[in-house]
Amino acid sequence: MPNIVVLVKQVPDTYSERKLSDADHTLDRESADAVLDEINERAVEEALLLKEAHGGDVTVLSVGPDRATDAIRKALSMGADKAVHVSDPALHGACLLQTTRVLAAAIGKVDGVDLVIAGNEATDGRGGAVPAMLAEVLGYPQLTHARKVTVDGSTITVVRETDTGLTHLRASLPAVVSVGEKINEPRYPSFKGIMAAKKKPVETYTVADLGIDAAEVGLAGASTSVLEATPKPPRSAGTRVEDSGDGGAKIAEFLVGQKLI
Amino acid sequence: MSEVLVLVDEVDGEVKKVTFELLTAARELGEPAAVVVAAPGTAAKVKESLAAYGAAKVYVAESDDVPGYLVTPKVDVLAVLVGAASPAAVLVPATAEGKEVAGRLAVRTGSGLLIEAVGVESAGGDVVGVQSIFGGAFTVKAKVNRGTPIVTVRPGGVEAVQAPGAAVEESVKVPEVDAAKATKITGQEPVVGGDRPELTEASVVVSGGRGVGSAEKFEVVEKLADALGAAVGASRAAVDSGYYPAQFQVGQTGKTVSPQLYVALGISGAIQHRAGMQTAKTIVAVNKDAEAPIFEIADFGVVGDLFAVAPVLTDEVTKRKG
Ligand SMILES: Cc1cc2nc3c(=O)[nH]c(=O)nc-3n(C[C@H](O)[C@H](O)[C@H](O)COP(=O)(O)OP(=O)(O)OC[C@H]3O[C@@H](n4cnc5c(N)ncnc54)[C@H](O)[C@@H]3O)c2cc1C
Ligand SMILES: Nc1ncnc2c1ncn2[C@@H]1O[C@H](COP(=O)(O)O)[C@@H](O)[C@H]1O
Repeated sequence: MPNIVVLVKQVPDTYSERKLSDADHTLDRESADAVLDEINERAVEEALLLKEAHGGDVTVLSVGPDRATDAIRKALSMGADKAVHVSDPALHGACLLQTTRVLAAAIGKVDGVDLVIAGNEATDGRGGAVPAMLAEVLGYPQLTHARKVTVDGSTITVVRETDTGLTHLRASLPAVVSVGEKINEPRYPSFKGIMAAKKKPVETYTVADLGIDAAEVGLAGASTSVLEATPKPPRSAGTRVEDSGDGGAKIAEFLVGQKLI
Repeated sequence: MSEVLVLVDEVDGEVKKVTFELLTAARELGEPAAVVVAAPGTAAKVKESLAAYGAAKVYVAESDDVPGYLVTPKVDVLAVLVGAASPAAVLVPATAEGKEVAGRLAVRTGSGLLIEAVGVESAGGDVVGVQSIFGGAFTVKAKVNRGTPIVTVRPGGVEAVQAPGAAVEESVKVPEVDAAKATKITGQEPVVGGDRPELTEASVVVSGGRGVGSAEKFEVVEKLADALGAAVGASRAAVDSGYYPAQFQVGQTGKTVSPQLYVALGISGAIQHRAGMQTAKTIVAVNKDAEAPIFEIADFGVVGDLFAVAPVLTDEVTKRKG
């Protein structure tokens, strides 16, 4: 009966233009549409599949501004039971280390956690580090980049998929898992699910509620700072031709001109 | 000059190119010290090539536990060295594993972590990482405020340049594994690399999209790639349709590539695909739809059927080379 916490992050939609704010080089959250990161839908799906097989409760956890409630509601409408939302203006500009500490503290507020499931990499920062960092803080084994997850009693096995191939992993619960893009196809929330999600409990915490000093998190206390950010001029279109049997030859000519062949 | 630790990425004693890129980058910050955390006998195989890229020192941490446990043995060894050698920085490849090693090391040593750097600089005593974010839309410079700067460096971000190094060996004990917190590796199925260059290392990449239509027909993409000495890439739609394996995916959730030449065949050029390839020096696209967004960023575009255009191009390239 594993109790599962799923970590979900609201990110700027990759379909919209993503920017940094001019003032402090943090993510300009107003400029882009915000969505539940697609990889986190897969994390929620995996948690629901495990719940269907073994029982237990699925709690969604997000650290982010107030509007992250939309991402949380989406996860609840897929079928998660309840949610924890850490929202605090002090968190503005938090670094990976600070985010990890806050996540760990919030996980401490959930009873009897056996398994934490995250996405392998967020589409905004592409850190690909938070699940491993969280495992380090919690002292749990990490089974990351999962393509397949199996829980049997207190043993968890995972097939990890990365560039180097497949790696078979085994550890004991409690553990941290992160899921890869090929693990499953997330379900669509049903109408019933969407309605039910509105009534599901969402506990909201500030960092002080978690026993963390506000001065330790956010931009001022961050372990890294951005010195400058320069937008790159967008690429412009070059030559375009219609193929009339000579398209291949024309590319070859172009490549010769560019000294590429 | 202080040391800069570089975590060596190798497979069965063969050093990955990203290691040489990191050793090159490390020279900007101090004296490169390569760290080999691997199965016994590995250092002997890799030492020479590390020396060729300027490793002044090679820390050798060998144990049978290393291939037996995920990520943590590398963190354990680096943490010991951060304490003992007080390095100016630790550089780790921004691979799936490297990102995790770096993240845990940052937690354990209370250090700032800079991710996905495409370069490092030293400025006024600070280690500065250069990052290319949102698919190359912004270039950002950032520094670490605390502890030992730990930087993950993207493969292909820095150009590897040879330089002689003494490669003086120093052995390091691999700390005992804490079984309760560790993850056991019970099996491996490595991808068998073909003869083609690796995607993130290649100077030319030829990618196919949904327009290729099937796994069999990807041969057209491969033939052009081989004529150009290129790596093969694929869009997510091509991967999802089962035309090509996942490790070849280019884009937002796949690989980021910055080759001299990128050829897109039957790829529409969705924003998430562009995020992984729009920093290529030159982009060539073939698509039968004149409205495909890939043409907005292509230096040379052909509106046409890829099955007509690509084979002709393959022949032309082969002719000119032959
Ligand atoms: C969070 C998220 C992450 C994503 N990550 C990635 C990623 O990492 N990489 C990625 O690629 N996508 C990614 N996508 C998906 C992306 O939005 C597109 O769906 C995908 O890139 C489309 O692939 P495609 O261009 O091959 O297919 P399509 O968009 O279907 O385009 C196929 C093209 O082939 C052309 N064509 C067909 N037949 C021929 C022919 N015979 N000759 C010439 N042209 C032909 C068509 O005109 C069309 O333009 C992501 C999406 C999301 C939401
Ligand atoms: N602020 C956050 N709130 C909740 N989960 C997060 C947060 N940041 C990262 N995560 C989780 O960690 C995964 C990997 O993120 P990253 O390491 O930043 O690429 C994400 O897919 C989430 O599951």
